[in-house]
Amino acid sequence: MNFSDHPPFVWPFLAGMAFIFVYLPLVYLNWLRKGKLKEFRVMPAHIFSSKTLLAVKEIFSECLLHRRIFRFNRRLGYMHMSLAFGWFLLIVVGKAETMLFTHDGFNPPYLPVFFKYFYPSGIPHTFKGYFFLTLMDLLLLFVLSGLFLAFYKRFRSRRLGMTRTTRHILPDRIALTFLWMIFPFRWFAESVTAGLAGSGGFFTLGSGKLLAGILPLDLMQEPAWWAYSVALGGFFFALPFSRYMHIFTEAVMILLKHWGMKTPERDNGYGDFELNACSRCGICTNVCQLSADAGITHSQAVYFLRDARYGLLERDTAENCFLCGRCSRACPVEIGVDELRLAARRRFAGELAAPVTGIPRGVNGQGTFPGLNTQTGSGMKSKGVAGLKVDVKEGMKGGATRDQKNGVEVLYFGGCMSHLTPGIMAATRTILEKAGISFAVLDEQETLCCGRPAMQAGLEGQAREIIARLSERIRQSGASLLLVSCPICYRVFREEYHLPIPVEHHTRYFSRLVTSRPALFHSSSLRMSYHDPCDLGRGSGIYEEPRKILRHTGTLVPVPQEREDALCCGGSLANLAITPRQRQQVTDAAYAHLTAEAPDFVVTSCPLCKKTFAAGKRPVPVIDIAEALAFSMTGDTVPTRLQKSTRELVAP
Amino acid sequence: MSTKGDKWGFQPEKSNVIVLDRPVAPLYRQLRLKVPSLASCFFCGGCSATCTASEEGMNFRVVHLLLCRGEMEKVGSLIAPCLLCGKCTLVCPRNVDTRSVVFNLKLALHELQ
Ligand code: SF4
Ligand code: SF4
Ligand code: SF4
Ligand code: SF4
Ligand code: SF4
Repeated sequence: MNFSDHPPFVWPFLAGMAFIFVYLPLVYLNWLRKGKLKEFRVMPAHIFSSKTLLAVKEIFSECLLHRRIFRFNRRLGYMHMSLAFGWFLLIVVGKAETMLFTHDGFNPPYLPVFFKYFYPSGIPHTFKGYFFLTLMDLLLLFVLSGLFLAFYKRFRSRRLGMTRTTRHILPDRIALTFLWMIFPFRWFAESVTAGLAGSGGFFTLGSGKLLAGILPLDLMQEPAWWAYSVALGGFFFALPFSRYMHIFTEAVMILLKHWGMKTPERDNGYGDFELNACSRCGICTNVCQLSADAGITHSQAVYFLRDARYGLLERDTAENCFLCGRCSRACPVEIGVDELRLAARRRFAGELAAPVTGIPRGVNGQGTFPGLNTQTGSGMKSKGVAGLKVDVKEGMKGGATRDQKNGVEVLYFGGCMSHLTPGIMAATRTILEKAGISFAVLDEQETLCCGRPAMQAGLEGQAREIIARLSERIRQSGASLLLVSCPICYRVFREEYHLPIPVEHHTRYFSRLVTSRPALFHSSSLRMSYHDPCDLGRGSGIYEEPRKILRHTGTLVPVPQEREDALCCGGSLANLAITPRQRQQVTDAAYAHLTAEAPDFVVTSCPLCKKTFAAGKRPVPVIDIAEALAFSMTGDTVPTRLQKSTRELVAP
Repeated sequence: MSTKGDKWGFQPEKSNVIVLDRPVAPLYRQLRLKVPSLASCFFCGGCSATCTASEEGMNFRVVHLLLCRGEMEKVGSLIAPCLLCGKCTLVCPRNVDTRSVVFNLKLALHELQ
């Protein structure tokens, strides 16, 4: 057979394939042009290293096998795998079959795709030929089974683990229609040809014989192959404008990721790969509490990424999100949605750098920090307030105050939220005093903000100014450890402050105390469920320490979704668009979840979570882990102490 | 129409009347659409009492009052020091999303410049 005279029906397929192979590289190069040259300098070192192998392994397991989706739901994983891996194998095995046949790797690109049209009986009368006929039919069945599941998912998504699925837009629907036509059409065309020739694989020949009984096959042959080719070509043309752009982009993204590119602080093109690598699988919508509890269905990761990709992003979509991290954890593509959202918020806020920041310069005008009172634990001599007086002007000049290291071990920072829940600050004091640890309180009389709320709102300039000023104060204190109650602060102190002293969240600090001096704490028969705050759990990876404390002081009651899968309390400051009512709905649902096992207390380790849960009717009280620990030290009957602390509403 | 105030000469001039329920300034109207909960503020001042930036002059209650009156000049410098820490929202007895108000105001004023 002379391959130079192609049958005309191959043209739609060839045109589509040519389009993809020219258009996609151009698009990718265009994105990469945004990056600065020096960002790429590090790349060669990564390219010629084992990282490339790791990338290939990840591409295989994620783009083809979809291992992470399997983890989420087995049926959904099978659906994605059979479509991706099955199609991939059809291409690879098909190519191998033609190469065996023509003894030429450079046979026309359409030959593997339309092989059966040209050679309905494959490689005749050999075991090899029979093997390939059977294998190709099995692969086709494999893909068709995935397609059937995809179709089934339209009506019964719950069966595939999805309570909510993505709403799709026109380009997606067009591409989807073509995609769904490809494999049934292939099966039909191969069956017609097999039925005509009277030979073929077990599946196509079987269906071909059936069809021969009811259809005039000789008239159907050409149209059937035309239809298959048009479906393929149409899909290829629609691909770059639809969600199926993810097929190739995800692979390139994984390569770039292993070669050292990151979710951008500043736009370097990698963000475009991430936006386009989203397959709109909808797993993120499925886990998002906004859709589950508050009826908000336009701002989930999938919609945010989609709108950003098409340049249609509205401010509300970027802002209506807790940045709780549940979706980025569930996302099988591991897209850095939170970072992309922050970048979008920064763009909306523009260069809004507020001229003045709100860190009080010292109330008495003498340049002293009245908040910096030194306290010492019992049994230690008080060093007095004067020891920590710092001259602002000196401090700002950098005429530092290293010599002021006066033996204070711990500098405690409550943060604004702890000022609204003074029980936490009081409990922390109690624990430190009873343990005999010397400490100073950084924000005793005035509140200071860590800067993270402004950062989450996209007000980068203002946040940086807060950070610079507050970190100066912390450096001046001369303490050897910074202790914080608020996970929001904890995270920003660790990530943005670059302090010379270690920063500890009280859960970790106190869990060490429980280990080293267990006799200080008494056990009780109280049953407690634990709420993982987003910024402490998913944000900082602290899950075990608080549980250790609770197991020591009482009985830990499990909750259905905890640790990495914990719910957000709904109070997150990162959501700037949710209405108070919707916020309350999320909070109520999370509270119901935490109290399902009827514990005596819900324990959290974040002042904002505690404050958020406190609003409304709460039969089971919510306390902070510092309070639970302080109770276990003082041996007070918890309920009486607690009634006091839950009644507190406003900072004194 | 005659009222008692009329007789005593105490009737306020029309231009001085502030009807807090009827937003007049265009920016304020937009803000009320964007953050509807602002309508339920009854100027108790709880937000201002807890404010982290009050040392620097931030006072949400005053800002809201100025907005109602359409006196926009001072608003920008008043809200500049707000750190968006969110304490005001958490203490508000009327569930006003104060933080969102200030945030949107910051962005709107920035755009106007
Ligand atoms: S963001 Fe991730 S989880 Fe959400 S639709 Fe896209 S790929 Fe799926
Ligand atoms: S970060 Fe949380 S709130 Fe935001 S979209 Fe993801 S799951 Fe929803
Ligand atoms: S709690 Fe308030 S809020 Fe936390 S410090 Fe962090 S920001 Fe300031
Ligand atoms: S606390 Fe609420 S109701 Fe009171 S003045 Fe502030 S915003 Fe208005
Ligand atoms: S968000 Fe702004 S106005 Fe509200 S308490 Fe914090 S600094 Fe004050």
